[in-house]
Amino acid sequence: MRKATLVVVTAGLSEPSSTALLGERIADSVLARLRSEAHEVEVETVSLRSLAHGIADYMTMGFPSGEVGRALDTVRSADALIAVTPTFKAGYTGLFKSFWDLTDDDDLVGVPTIVAATGGTARHSLVIESSLRPLFAYLHADVVPTGVFAATDDFGADDSLQHRIDRAGAELADRIAWKLGGEHPGESDPVTAEPEPASPSLAGGNGLPPLKVTPFEDLLNG
Amino acid sequence: MQLGIMTIGDVTQDPTTGTTPTEHERIKATVEIAKKAEDIGLDVFATGQHHNPPFVAPGNPPTLMAYLAAQTENLILSTSTTLITTMDPVRLAEDYSYVQHLAEGRVDLMLGRGNTGPVYPWFGKDIRQGVNLAVENYNLLHRLWNEDVVNWQGKFRTPLQSFTSTPRPLDGVAPFVWHGSIRTPEIAEQAAYYGDGFFHNNIFWNKEHTAQMINLYRERYEHYGHGKAEQAIVGLGGQFFMRQKTQDAWREFRPYFDNAPVYGHGPTLEEFTDQTPLTVGSPQEVLEKTLSFREYAGDYQRQLFLVDHAGLPLKTVLEQLDMFGEQVLPELRKEYAASHNPEVPEAPVHPRVAEARTVQEGEHHA
Repeated sequence: MRKATLVVVTAGLSEPSSTALLGERIADSVLARLRSEAHEVEVETVSLRSLAHGIADYMTMGFPSGEVGRALDTVRSADALIAVTPTFKAGYTGLFKSFWDLTDDDDLVGVPTIVAATGGTARHSLVIESSLRPLFAYLHADVVPTGVFAATDDFGADDSLQHRIDRAGAELADRIAWKLGGEHPGESDPVTAEPEPASPSLAGGNGLPPLKVTPFEDLLNG
Repeated sequence: MQLGIMTIGDVTQDPTTGTTPTEHERIKATVEIAKKAEDIGLDVFATGQHHNPPFVAPGNPPTLMAYLAAQTENLILSTSTTLITTMDPVRLAEDYSYVQHLAEGRVDLMLGRGNTGPVYPWFGKDIRQGVNLAVENYNLLHRLWNEDVVNWQGKFRTPLQSFTSTPRPLDGVAPFVWHGSIRTPEIAEQAAYYGDGFFHNNIFWNKEHTAQMINLYRERYEHYGHGKAEQAIVGLGGQFFMRQKTQDAWREFRPYFDNAPVYGHGPTLEEFTDQTPLTVGSPQEVLEKTLSFREYAGDYQRQLFLVDHAGLPLKTVLEQLDMFGEQVLPELRKEYAASHNPEVPEAPVHPRVAEARTVQEGEHHA
């Protein structure tokens, strides 16, 4: 059984960032749950702040430059995803949306995902349902039922935030464990059972998705 | 190796003077530029096709190609691109055959799907059918040129019974076809299926992406039995701006780059020259970077540069071409000849063009 990759995409802008911190806490919760079931998971974090220029360049230039390309490759190869954004003007941030605008429509199909957001007060908490869920529904991600919203006050309150984090974390961990083959480790591996591209030259990389070939006779027959 | 230039016919304000050419000036400039291409010894001039401002590339390229055929002797006249999606394939067969006769075979064409969405509805087509239109229309065009009598039925145009497209291609040899696509694997597949050329207009793209598309085409070319992958017929785009001193080239070109309609107000010139085929610098730098394209594209057969865009005045464009002809082209040809893999064929030309070249070379040696 191979390691699964859990990718955290955070759109926090400040350093340190409560948004990045929320992403970390959710990832820790997922890891704790999976470790107790003896699954191996590695976490990769994509911080959009450092990619802001590259994201704008991709939009104006039409192709990804080095770091943005690598970030897109990371997301494309994720077994599970935690997407976390601050709330700006009643929605996710423009930077957050811009990053997902650069992904391919197929990149997140079926990928277990937690959506999470931070905001100044709890009055913004519906950002999860009104703005994040529609985006990831469009991308066909497998979004877990529990979204995590953390208001500033939550970082100084009782353990209700941790409770929400653990609930979402457990939902994601269960999906990852199921993907990894659950009680039959080593026997079958649904994660690696995905077909490899037909030949190396068709593979993606550098931020580019793999190229799919449709035999010409099929194209001609409509 | 065929070397040439391509134009999109943009009517753009010169950002350094605020002057915008009239459509008439731009069209006449295009003719001057094409004639200059022949004068400096380039092989190909390719015109775009456009249906919207700020472009004055012809809506039907054979009008310009026929005029240029009368004004030139050796230049191969091509397109960059001919819209296979919104044009009637019957008219393409007729018009390109006709101009092929006028030009004594100095005609080929590059098919593309276009980059302006509304062109589809303007011509009564559905953009969601873009690839299917390209597939069906080219299949019909191919048959019209290669079969004397065609019975045909498809989805997108009225059926044909006992139809003969006239004039027949010159000496029965259809114009060579390049399929241009930047990111659509189906088009690379189409080029490979027919054993036609594949042109990747990489001017706004990085080499990783370009290599991925070209490799796909090469692999499928071999799959369909036209030859080995490295023998497939590949074309690339390019852009340069040069002065004797590198820093002069950068200083002069930067305002044009920064305000260009396509990439202006986006990436910096430094980033763009680093990641795309654009070369700004000395003739030596243009030579070296152009030669480096083979490192990721393999031995390829056609190199077309975009030189007349972003509001550059005609005088500058002609200077650029003179410099290229004197200081880059001879070295480029020498290098290509010296390192040419004899197993890789040249891009196909009409037999009359090949014969004319042989005669010319004979005269040179005599």
